[in-house]
Order: sequence, then C-alpha cells, then structure tokens
Amino acid sequence: MTDILNALVLLGNFVLVPGLAYGSQLALGALGVTMIYAVLRFSNFAHGETMSFGAMITILATWWLQDKGVTFGVLPTALLALPVGIIATVGICLVLDRVVYRYYRREKANPVTYLIVSVGILFVLSGLVRFIIGPQDRVFADGERFIMKARVFKQMTGLDQGLAIKTTQGVTVVTAVVIVALIFWFLNRTRTGKSMRAYSDNEDLALLSGINPARVVAITWVIAGALAAIAGTLYGLDKGYKPFTYLGLVLPIFASAIVGGVGNPLGAIAGGFVVAFSELLLTFAYKRVIAYLTPGDWIPEGLVQLLSTDYKLAVSFVILVIVLLVKPTGMFSGKTL
Amino acid sequence: MSTNLRNILLFAIMGALLIAVGVIQSANVALAIFNLCLISAIMTLGVNIQWGYAGLFNAGVMGFAALGGLAAVLVSFPPVPEAWAVGGFRAMLGVVTGAISIFLGIIAFRKFPGSRRIRGWGAAGVALSGIVLMRFVLDPAVEVIEAVEPARTGFLGGLGLPIVFSWIAGGAFAALAAWGIGKIALGLRSDYLAIATLGISEIIIYFLKNEDWLARGVKNVNGLPRPVPYEIELQKTLWVQELAAQLDFNVIELSSIIVKLSYAGLFIVVLVIVFWLSERALKSPWGRMMRAIRDNEVAASAMGKDVTWRHLQVFVLGSAVIGLAGAMLTTLDGIFTPASYQPLRFTFLIWVMVIVGGSGNNLGSILGGFTIWFFWIEAEPIGLALIELLTSGMGEDSALRLHLIENAAHTRLATMGVVLLLVLRFSPRGLIPEREK
Repeated sequence: MTDILNALVLLGNFVLVPGLAYGSQLALGALGVTMIYAVLRFSNFAHGETMSFGAMITILATWWLQDKGVTFGVLPTALLALPVGIIATVGICLVLDRVVYRYYRREKANPVTYLIVSVGILFVLSGLVRFIIGPQDRVFADGERFIMKARVFKQMTGLDQGLAIKTTQGVTVVTAVVIVALIFWFLNRTRTGKSMRAYSDNEDLALLSGINPARVVAITWVIAGALAAIAGTLYGLDKGYKPFTYLGLVLPIFASAIVGGVGNPLGAIAGGFVVAFSELLLTFAYKRVIAYLTPGDWIPEGLVQLLSTDYKLAVSFVILVIVLLVKPTGMFSGKTL
Repeated sequence: MSTNLRNILLFAIMGALLIAVGVIQSANVALAIFNLCLISAIMTLGVNIQWGYAGLFNAGVMGFAALGGLAAVLVSFPPVPEAWAVGGFRAMLGVVTGAISIFLGIIAFRKFPGSRRIRGWGAAGVALSGIVLMRFVLDPAVEVIEAVEPARTGFLGGLGLPIVFSWIAGGAFAALAAWGIGKIALGLRSDYLAIATLGISEIIIYFLKNEDWLARGVKNVNGLPRPVPYEIELQKTLWVQELAAQLDFNVIELSSIIVKLSYAGLFIVVLVIVFWLSERALKSPWGRMMRAIRDNEVAASAMGKDVTWRHLQVFVLGSAVIGLAGAMLTTLDGIFTPASYQPLRFTFLIWVMVIVGGSGNNLGSILGGFTIWFFWIEAEPIGLALIELLTSGMGEDSALRLHLIENAAHTRLATMGVVLLLVLRFSPRGLIPEREK
C-alpha cells in the first residue's frame, strides 16, 4: 500500500504539480493567441515577445517596489507589480495595432502578410526588451519559496517520497483559474463579450447588427495584451526570466492553440494542459515508479524514459503535426469563441 | 529612370557602403562582411524560390542551414577510426533500422486495409516499434562512441573529403529533409505551414545539439579543413612577403585579406551559378507555371497543374539552396556550433532580406541579402556612435548612459523590425520589385 502511495507521490511531484503550472502558463498564452486569431484572423508570431515585454515591465515595477521596501508578505512582490505590466502591455498592443496592424485590416490583407508583419513586430519587441533590460537572466521571485516542502511532506505522511509545491506554482495555477473564469464570464455574460463572439463568428452580420468593429478589435488587444503580460510574468516567476526563451515558447503555445482548435478558448486551455502533460509524461524517467509498483526489490536497469529530456520541446511539435494531419480543426472543432 | 539603371545604382550604393567600411574600419572587416553578404544572398535566393516563385512561407530556414552545416562536418572531418572500431557498425545498423522502420510505417499506412484512422494507428504502431528497436541497437553504440576521447572526438567523424564537396552534400541533406517535411506539411494552410516548419527547424537543432555521436552536439566540431590556404602558410611564402613589401602592407593583414578574397572568389562562383539557374527557372515555362499556381491555385489546378507536387518540388529546390548556403557558412567559420543557430538570425532575418530585397525578384534577393546583412553588422557600431552622441550631454558615468551604451548592440533587432515594417507598409514590393510580365 505504501509503495503505491509512494509511486503516486513521485508522479505527483515530478509530473502533476509541474504539469499543472506549465499547463496553466501555456493555456494563458494560447488563450491570447486564440483570441487574436478568432477576431483578427491571423497567427501572431510576436505573442511570445509580447509576453516577454509584459514580464519585463513587471520586473521593473517589482524592483521599484522592492526598492521602496514594499513586499507582498509570503507571496511574490511581482503580483503587486503585475497591474503595471498589464497596463503597459495593453498600451503597447493598442499602439502597435493603431500604427501597424490597422492599415492591413483596412487593406484586407491576406493572413501571410499579417504573419510577416507580426515577424516585424517580433523583431521590434525583442530588440526593445533586450535594450531595456538586457539579455541576462533575471530571478525576481521573492516571498516564501515553498507552499509545501518535500521534507515536511515526508514527516507529515511518513512516506519515503516527498511532494514539493513551489509558491510560484501555486500562484500560477490560482491566477490562471481566476483569469480563465473572468474571460469566460466576459465572453458569455457581458454585452461586449457577446458582440466579440458575434464579430468573430460572422463579421458582416455583426457589422450589420451595429457592432462597432474598432471597439471589438481594441478590446481583443486589451484582453490579448493582459493575458500575455500575465502569462509572461507567471512563466518568468516560475522558471526565471530570460528574454530569449520567450521566442521558443511560441511553438508550444501555438501547439496548444491548434491542438484545442484555433479560435476556441476552451480548446486553448485544454490544449495547454495536453501539451504540458505530454511533454512531462514522455520525458519522465519511470524507473523508480516501476520499482515501487512491482513486488520485491527489483529495479529496472535503465531509466525507463521514453524520450530524453532534451527532446521536451520536440514533443509539443510532434503533437502539433499529428493534430494537423489527423484533425486539423483540433479537439473542439466547429466552435469559435 | 529605367529599371536597369536603378538596379545598377542600388548595387553601386551597396558597393560604396562596403568600400566605405573598408576605408573607415579596415579592409578585413569589409571583406568579412562581404563574404557573409554573399552567403546571405544565396540563402535569400533559396527562400525567394519558395516564397517569391510559389508563395510558400518556410519558417524553417534555420533547420536547413544547420543541416548544411552538418554536411560540412560529415564530409570534411577526417574519420575517427577508434570510434568506428568500437561502435561504427552498430551505429550504422541502428540508423538503417530507424530508416527502415519509418519506411515500413509509410508502407503500412498505404497498404493496410481499413479506414484512414485504423491505418494511421497501424502505421504509428509499426513505426514506433521500429524506433524502439532502433534505440536498442543504437544506444549501446552511442555510449561507446561517445566514450572515445570525449574531450577531442567522441564521434564518428566524417569522410575526410575536401570540404567543397560538402556544399553539394549540404544541398542534398536539406533537399532530403525538405522532401520529408514537405510530404507532411505542404497542403496545410499558409500560416500552419509556417508554424510547422518553424517547429521542424527547432527539432533539427535539438537533434544536432543532443546526438553527440553524430557531430559532437554542443561540444562543437572545430578545425574543419579549409578549401583555401591558411594565413600562417601564406605568410611564409615569398610572393606574399614581396607583395606586402610592394604595397607597404602588414604581412599578417595581407595574408588574411588574401584568404578572405579566396573565399569570396569561391562564393561568387556559387552565387553566380545559383543566380543564373534561378533566373533560367523563373523565365522558363516551369517558372510561369509556378507563378500561376502562386497567384491562383484553384485556376492553376483547373488547368491540370498538380499543385501539391509542384509545391513539393519548389520546396525541395529552395531548401537545397538554403542547405548549400548553410554548408558554405560552416566552411567559412571552420567550426560547427549547433547552439549558434537561432531563429531570429537564421530564419527571420533571412525573411527580412527577401521582403526588403523584393520577393519574386532574384536580383532583389541578392541586394536584400547584402543590404540587410550589412546593416545587421554595422547597426552595432552605428547605434553605439549614435547613442554616444545623443547621451554626450549626460555625465560621463551617468547610470542611464552606461546602460544605454552597454545594450546598444540590441538596437539592431529593433532596427531590422522597423525596416521590415516600413518596407511592408510603404514599398511592399521591395527594393527591386518583381518584373511584370
């Protein structure tokens, strides 16, 4: 019995907890991508850099707060600074839309043109971020490091395996749940949200019904920018902030959005967790789990790992390809926003 | 002003800029930039074949360039006999097993009875069990190969052939990969194709970083043989010393200039050949057909053109050119560093070159490759000078000034973005627009 519990705790510690946190970050990122796709109808390659920008502003605000001696008790100070990051990111999204994207919307440009434009934005944002904060790693998590320490868990339960939950992981999951609930409430209950859904569903019909397209587009950028800032900050809190990792995040984020069905918010969230857990489950070394679950003292010889951890990112891509080949519309097809 | 005159003027300005760098900084710097301009131009031609001729968005340029780099290692590096002795046969057997299992998977998908779904699962099962078998064969070999003098070799080495052959091999590697990728990803919507190729290029880089037995992974392979003489040897020869005396030049600097000029000569030959072939293809019935497909797929396919097959063709061709350029780049560097392949530099920057130069125009691609590479390198000193000028009013040790100067190098990313956005907005057809037919 204890063996089974030990095996479960082992899985929980190395797969469930990190998977929930990483899945939440991906889900928030994919939600932003999917919103832009649903309303503005293009794949925004610059979303990773937008996340990076939001995280950067939050870090700067965090430093300022820390400098003033303000902290958030056991929670990371970055949570207090997050609104600043959100406002700045929303601001830059709106400015970029006004200066850059609006022209192509009026020209009714095709999706590839938008894609190339977003590559231009990607360059601008990544240059801006590196120029302001530099390319170095930044660790800005403070407060209590753990919600649950492995040692404490062992003492409490008397098991051999410990379960550690970092504060940043807890914060990530809770924030993601709150944000997702807010987004769904907004889309399904408010008038503005409904007009957004109508616009995404059928642009001409929405225009005929008197929906103001400029307003819908602006609100989409507000939501996408806010989501990017939150996702970027949470990722940076959890894994440390490095400007160049955010470009690499674009791939799993797109994989999440496409797996769930691009344009579908529920799909984006489900996709985020599918990608996160596949990455972890396929690269987890099952050696000790099997040792616990089999009777006697037998321990498998190798690591019993399906893929080396180095190939973590490749997993998200393989999922992407499979989905594109088998069911290009994603898991929740036929429904947008 | 006629188009020809305009083009000549644009290239003349470019040449003048390079000469200016030669005078202000040094001839060596100018030639170093010039060589990379040539390689960038070839890479841009490759992307232009895919984008300009056929409208395919390939965001995996980096992966094909890296495969070219791998070819440079595998062709030119001398073989490591110890590694071949301990695990060579087994490793080859493993590679063959992997190839056969994928092949069997494809056969299974084609030949199995039943619905698409059942065949898909069957094929996946066949391929996966083959891969597992491959790992049983390959893994022990990898372990012993990587244990052979890991500080110096730890990999199988290459064929020990002249490195120039690797340029062809690089093209072939990239073409082969492009064929496989194209089979999977072409036919997807344009933006999905971009995401898919972006992902595949990342996977290629991960593969090269982690498979140490193949090309040492992140430990890099350096000391690749050169197609041109070494500076040290040149300095010993009489004619170089005499020439240096005649021109009143430093012998060391002169030898380095001669080496760079030899590289430039080789690269120019390749660039001219690739350019000539691309132009011929563009003007041929094949080129007209590709443009017809690009401009209206439905109409072209109604005229009986096999759109998917033609897309695959052009994707493979363009990728081969990128692979060729990738092999040339590694040849010039003399070192293969998988970690240096970054999407910003190897995929998106090449895209900026294509767009700024003028998509669909080969001359434009060359000019784009030159211009963008020039400013990519020179944006750093220019940006630094600009920031020093702008902040000269501040105190010598003002924190803001120091920070700005320290990070000045990153302005080039933003500059490239702004250039791309401006060109897209105000001159979407680029510096040298596609010719109207």
